[in-house]
Amino acid sequence: MIELIDGYYAYWFCFLLLTIGLYGMLLKRNLVKKVIGLSVFQSAIILFFIIAAYKDGSTVPVIDPRIGSDQPAAYINPLPHTLMLTAIVVGVATLGVAFALLIRIHGKYRTLDEDQLIERMK
Amino acid sequence: MYPTYEYASTVPAAAMLVSLGAMVLILLSSKSPNLREAWTLLAGVVKFALVVSLIPGALAGRVAAFEFLEIAPGVSLSLKADALGVFFALIASALWIVTSIYSIGYMRGNAEKKQTRYYASFALSLSATIGIAFASNLLTFVIFYELLTLATYPLVVHKETPAAIRAGRMYLAYALTAGLVFLAGTAWVYLATGTLEFQAGGMLDADMFSADGMRILFVLFLAGVGVKSGIMPLHSWLPAAMVAPTPVSALLHAVAVVKSGVFGVLRVVGFVFGPELMVSAGLDVILAVLAGGTILLASFIAMRQDNLKRRLAYSTVGHLSYIVLGAALITSAGFTGSLLHLAAHALMKITLFMCAGAIYVHMHKTEISELDGMGRAMPWTFGAFTIGALGLAGIPPINGFVSKFYLGMGALEGGQVVVLAIFLVSGLLNAGYFFPIVIRAFFRPSPQHPVYNEASFWMVGPLCLTAALAVLFGLFPDLLAPVFTLASGISAEILNPVPRP
Amino acid sequence: MIPEHLAVLSIVLYFIGALLIPLLARFARGMSWTLAVATSGGIFILNLAGIGGVLAAGSIRYAVGGWAPPIGIELVLDPLSAFFVLMMSGLACLVLVHSRRLVPEELPGRVTVYYSASLLMLGALTGIVLTGDLFNLYVFLEIAALAGYALLGAGTARAAVATFRYLILGTVGASLYLLGLGFLYLASGTLNMADLSAITDVTGLEPLMVIGLVFIVAGMGLKMALFPLHLWLPDVYASAPSTSTSLIAPLGTKVAAYVLIRILFYVMDPDIIRYELPFTTVLGLLGAVGIIWGSIMAIAQTDLRRMLAYSSIAQIGYIALGIGLGNVHGFIGAILHALNHACMKAGLFLVSGNLRAAGRSQEIAALDHTLQRTMPWTTAGFTLAALSMIGLPPLAGFFSKWYLLLGSWEKSNWIFIIVIVVSSLLNAVYFFRVIERLYLPKGDVKPAKDDPAGAPAVRLDRHFTLVVPVVVIGAGLLLLGLANLAIVRVLIQPMLPEGF
Repeated sequence: MIELIDGYYAYWFCFLLLTIGLYGMLLKRNLVKKVIGLSVFQSAIILFFIIAAYKDGSTVPVIDPRIGSDQPAAYINPLPHTLMLTAIVVGVATLGVAFALLIRIHGKYRTLDEDQLIERMK
Repeated sequence: MYPTYEYASTVPAAAMLVSLGAMVLILLSSKSPNLREAWTLLAGVVKFALVVSLIPGALAGRVAAFEFLEIAPGVSLSLKADALGVFFALIASALWIVTSIYSIGYMRGNAEKKQTRYYASFALSLSATIGIAFASNLLTFVIFYELLTLATYPLVVHKETPAAIRAGRMYLAYALTAGLVFLAGTAWVYLATGTLEFQAGGMLDADMFSADGMRILFVLFLAGVGVKSGIMPLHSWLPAAMVAPTPVSALLHAVAVVKSGVFGVLRVVGFVFGPELMVSAGLDVILAVLAGGTILLASFIAMRQDNLKRRLAYSTVGHLSYIVLGAALITSAGFTGSLLHLAAHALMKITLFMCAGAIYVHMHKTEISELDGMGRAMPWTFGAFTIGALGLAGIPPINGFVSKFYLGMGALEGGQVVVLAIFLVSGLLNAGYFFPIVIRAFFRPSPQHPVYNEASFWMVGPLCLTAALAVLFGLFPDLLAPVFTLASGISAEILNPVPRP
Repeated sequence: MIPEHLAVLSIVLYFIGALLIPLLARFARGMSWTLAVATSGGIFILNLAGIGGVLAAGSIRYAVGGWAPPIGIELVLDPLSAFFVLMMSGLACLVLVHSRRLVPEELPGRVTVYYSASLLMLGALTGIVLTGDLFNLYVFLEIAALAGYALLGAGTARAAVATFRYLILGTVGASLYLLGLGFLYLASGTLNMADLSAITDVTGLEPLMVIGLVFIVAGMGLKMALFPLHLWLPDVYASAPSTSTSLIAPLGTKVAAYVLIRILFYVMDPDIIRYELPFTTVLGLLGAVGIIWGSIMAIAQTDLRRMLAYSSIAQIGYIALGIGLGNVHGFIGAILHALNHACMKAGLFLVSGNLRAAGRSQEIAALDHTLQRTMPWTTAGFTLAALSMIGLPPLAGFFSKWYLLLGSWEKSNWIFIIVIVVSSLLNAVYFFRVIERLYLPKGDVKPAKDDPAGAPAVRLDRHFTLVVPVVVIGAGLLLLGLANLAIVRVLIQPMLPEGF
């Protein structure tokens, strides 16, 4: 694993983002801010994969005539990138559904603040 | 004893299923009460006949067995009509007929509602009881035991009053927990031994569990069967359940439910642990202390009850422990007495309950203090009551005397003077709580009931019949059915088992 | 040709059905229900053939698009997945049959979308079970979740609020799974389950993998509403349209449990999971606490559906407890209970749907004995399912408890034994409270005369789509109970993981 990364700072950054996202989701009272937290959380995970795929001194995984195809170590791993493309699509779809629900909630209760919402749902 | 062998037969299954079939017919003919009651009676007679047909085999050591299907690896839902099973099934099915006749008089006389549900549940309870009697292994036993709880619940709450519903909850809480605890014990045995088949003389070996483990296992089983057999401190549901209609109290709380409990005790003592293990692990002491305490306490509490049915209920609690205590003696006479008392108490207590029901339906009296002089108005009912009361107190020649005599013999045989003392003292206590009722009814003056005013024949007939039987069996134990022969055969089977293959 | 495609066929058919329904609705209104039921029924039959094939001839591995694993995505129909797929398709078919009356009533104008989303979700759930690829599993997980949010949040605004909370937590769960998967991938370089299993056999469990597993267990714990990650569940189940609840309550949580079982016992080495790491211990303890907590909370509820929701949390606890036991009996108990609970809970929620269809309130206090006359089949179905939940023989629930008890004894785990006994009693408390109301008049009511020839009561559950599924499930519970040994021998024994 060590050879895959050049240092841990990127992972720490990832962890920080994850925490921020979790904080937004669980503790913010405004539902839209919760969705923002959700988005940050997902992005952190996507970044995690991208960072994990990075190799110092390697290039993009498109066959370069100067390197040829006999040195796989010279290319970074393409699989996490493709996986994350899918994950991004999933994330967008989730955001879409979340906003659809929020529109429904706002249409009925005229608020997106959780405290007010609980008050009005009674 | 004679060697036993098994043969495949559908008779045990048929005896169990006949009332299940009757239940369906009863539900279908709810529109026609006469047809509905005819099904009940027909099923009762057929069931009785089927059980009777098993007696010769059970006496000769030919055991009819029937296997439904395998429900756990190596364990089947299977029935086996061994001597003990036939003994219990005989009592239950015979008394079902009597109670059914009585039920018709009681339910119609009292204009009870939901009679279809009542008869259907009754039939289902009898199926479960026969299932318990013939269960050939612990798992089958548990299944029918739980089924019995479920089938009798509608009977307990029959009146649908808040008190009845409360009693129903209490009953369920006690009985379901008991079933689960028993199941937990069963699972343990299954894991340790790989088999659950009942075996005369015990299915467990001393080396299968540690000494503490054995005691814990015994307590689990005892708690399981102890609730239905009303061993203190697990008895509270029984007096509470007296809110049920009297035929229910009669059959279920003198015969089917509580006797399933003591039957379970006998199975556990004789067929799971076995006499040797009971003694060597000190389990007989646990059982004897609990049962002896229950006999005395219940008798004292019974004296303080003014409600007739509650007094009978506490008397039941006490007498059930006679049976348990007899088994705890681990002697030949003890087992025989225990079994005889199972039969005798069923017969006498059902008489007493039916009397209580007749008094309630006909005179609307429930309290003992209201019974002054009623003996002259209802001589047949109170005559039967007197016979039952004398029998339970152990006065010859009624059949309670025979069983108590054997119980006492058992205590002597085991050298248990304390137990003998308990039997004697409680006999006096029995007299102490039954005789005042009789004296009140016959010798206290009452301006209200001077003239002859007996309940309907449908009620008086059955209770006189059972009272007469109690006297007859006291004189000739093997008169109609070889009750005594069966009982002594079973105790021989338990104490001198055929070596396991 | 069909046998080797059985693994992919059911997923594809669900998705085709999901697409066809809106298309068809343009030409023939009212066909949505028929098509949905036909699709799920057909898939049930296919899955029957599938499980038969698997048991007779071994697992079917299908490389999607012809790309050989571990590069390509692989679908695996083995005894475990075939069992879950069969259970899901059978129950889905029954619930969809039942939905005919309820969906147009609860979601007027959105019937087509509703059935389309249902089939989409079912297809994705099937995909989760069948896939042999960890990332593909994540994608199916999210498709199922998104379709599920749509189904659950479609009704009232209250449902939308509950579903929004579920969406947040559900996405956290899925994201945690994704994160854990990242760690597994980093450590092993593969996403294919069989490949990963082979690699861990050689390398053992590296620390990185353990971290990944922790995330995966946490994520799936959230999805299956394992105590203490269950908070989203009651609101969602209680406020969603009744058909959605009936569809998702029995299936959704079970699939998450399936993923746990698959990863812990099949992908990883079960011996390491059971003996060297505390995963099973923690799962078992959380399960035990969840059983008691869920049962107590269920007793405290006044709304039938909330009560059933809390009961679900308790029942999930049984499955977790079975997984946590980590022995053969525990495993059998967990799988059997997954099946039994899916059937029981589906039956119970269908009954709640029947109450809704009859215009009755879901308040427990509003239930009364008139229902017994007006909806006899429904109340009978409820009683059977409730008795099975309590664990009374010979109904199905009894036998899963029996195996869990055996497993607990085998581990000499007294706590679990006490929990199982006590919880059955608690189950009895909250279910008999309802049964009492269904069959007995309330105390102060004047007792009605026994009047067999009286006026026939107005039957409220006359429509066959409302009655038949409830009756089938009720009878099924009896059958499952009596045939439990056959199920264990034929279906569950072959799926035992290696090393058990």
